[in-house]
Amino acid sequence: MKYVCRRVLAGLATMLLVSFLTFAAFSLISGDTATAMLGTAATPERLAALRAELGLDRPLPVRYGEWLLGFFSGDLGVSTSYKQPVWELLAPKIRLTLWLSLVSFALITVVSIPLGLWSAGRRRFEGGRTALNQLGMAVPPFFTGILLSWVFGVGLKWFVPGQFPDARQDFAGAAVYLLFAAVALSIPRIAMTVRMLRSTVQEELGKDYVRTAISRGNDRGQVLRRHVLKNALPPVVTFLAQTMAEIVAGSIVVEQVFVIPGLGRMLVTSIGGRDYPVVQAIVVILALWVVLAGTAADLINQRLDPRLRLGGAA
Amino acid sequence: MKRGNGFFIAGLALTGLLAALILLGFFWTPYDPNAMAAGPKFDGPSLAHWMGTDNFGRDIFSRVLKGAGTTASIALATLAIGAVCGCLAGALTGYFGGPVDELLMRLNDALTAFPSILLALVVISILEPGKKRNVILALGLVFIPSFARVSRTAFASLREVNYIKSARLMGASSPRILAVHMLPNTAPVLLPALTIGFNNAVLAEASMSFLGIGVTPPDASLGYMLSEAQGMLFAAPWYAAGTGLVIVWMVFGVGLIGEGLRRRDREVL
Repeated sequence: MKYVCRRVLAGLATMLLVSFLTFAAFSLISGDTATAMLGTAATPERLAALRAELGLDRPLPVRYGEWLLGFFSGDLGVSTSYKQPVWELLAPKIRLTLWLSLVSFALITVVSIPLGLWSAGRRRFEGGRTALNQLGMAVPPFFTGILLSWVFGVGLKWFVPGQFPDARQDFAGAAVYLLFAAVALSIPRIAMTVRMLRSTVQEELGKDYVRTAISRGNDRGQVLRRHVLKNALPPVVTFLAQTMAEIVAGSIVVEQVFVIPGLGRMLVTSIGGRDYPVVQAIVVILALWVVLAGTAADLINQRLDPRLRLGGAA
Repeated sequence: MKRGNGFFIAGLALTGLLAALILLGFFWTPYDPNAMAAGPKFDGPSLAHWMGTDNFGRDIFSRVLKGAGTTASIALATLAIGAVCGCLAGALTGYFGGPVDELLMRLNDALTAFPSILLALVVISILEPGKKRNVILALGLVFIPSFARVSRTAFASLREVNYIKSARLMGASSPRILAVHMLPNTAPVLLPALTIGFNNAVLAEASMSFLGIGVTPPDASLGYMLSEAQGMLFAAPWYAAGTGLVIVWMVFGVGLIGEGLRRRDREVL
């Protein structure tokens, strides 16, 4: 229990640190915001007036504190290019990106764990499988995305590339669409997870307890599932949490390929339009999501591995 | 190579061929990559245009050669920044240790947990998107922590080894120990890390250019070309296929080299 509290507190501290660093980084350039907004109409007086209006003339910690309070009360400021509250702008997009990353995560877990176990127990065609694995890691999600839209969208007409159906009107259509985006996002990650699980399991298979279990007449498959998997899982859980970070990054690209109106697409547009309040909010939200995944992974590992509960290292 | 290693040789062959094509592309391409109407519009792959032509009748093969050159050179420059700064930081902290080491590694942990593309996007949005120099700088900065971590572990593991101790006793200076005695022995760890770093750099640059925040015309990179190709998926699917396959080729080849390097060292041990 003590461990859980410590880990949650550490997670919170990381979140605070991340949000402060993001805030500070964007404050460094906020002088530019006023200049950029006024453009050629900028005079020293008007710049000062705008900075006062945007609250840019006060010290950094004060602004950070206010922004943080606003973050939790749903007031993230106003988008400079849409002239709309940031929260209103982002709320519908958050759900979409969350779904995309959860579906991808489920896909990666469900496919790569059995595949990794299967691959670890086999010696034949090892070279071929390794080459295939490298190939899987080499295909960028945006290329897979384009290929999928071409084959299943243009060719088979299972979905219309570039038109994300409204989930309230066409739930099945939206689900299929998201699934294809998730597949494009997952392939390189699946290859990496399989590779990681394979080497962990093989290392575990060489240990004494496995030999003992097999020499006592246990079935090989059963030893793999009952004994080895249990010991090989914690590093994989940690790896999957890092995968969450990569999924978040990948979703930025994949949303662009499939024209899904999520956070990633919004981020790209806002960077192009130098809409810093929006960029800042999205970066912090995505970072929190990643920190949350990391904290969850540590808590799960602590349940899986009793050695961690006693404060030792696994 | 001491032992015949299929992965290494296959990777070297793939990468060598592509590198030769890219080098050729710097000096000569079948057509001017930006010339409109080098052939008919939306012409499929043929002997005259190996990868077909696009909506302006530009020769895609010539464009891909140039684009691959841009992507590869950005990746190499990124790698140079990331690897040199990262390894220097890792070597110093790993060798000397102390509170600076602790602090830097904590910072490093926080940074490596952050998705690299997101970080690069933040850096580039601060620097100003669309410039080649800024893309290199942003990606280079983002790649420093991972190299620092890898090389720190490698250097720290050598700190108490006997031959290092004996070199120290013989009065060798710290820079000499780091450069002459330790660096060559970290190669089994650092070389595969370099191949992984190169691949990550290629993919990151391609992603950023695909998003339109990386390199912008006139010097098109493979990522930007893919985003162009996506718009012509109906009329010219070969554009996307050719461009994408070259990215896969590049990453796959270097990935195989890395795999070969790792296996060779495992056999030596």
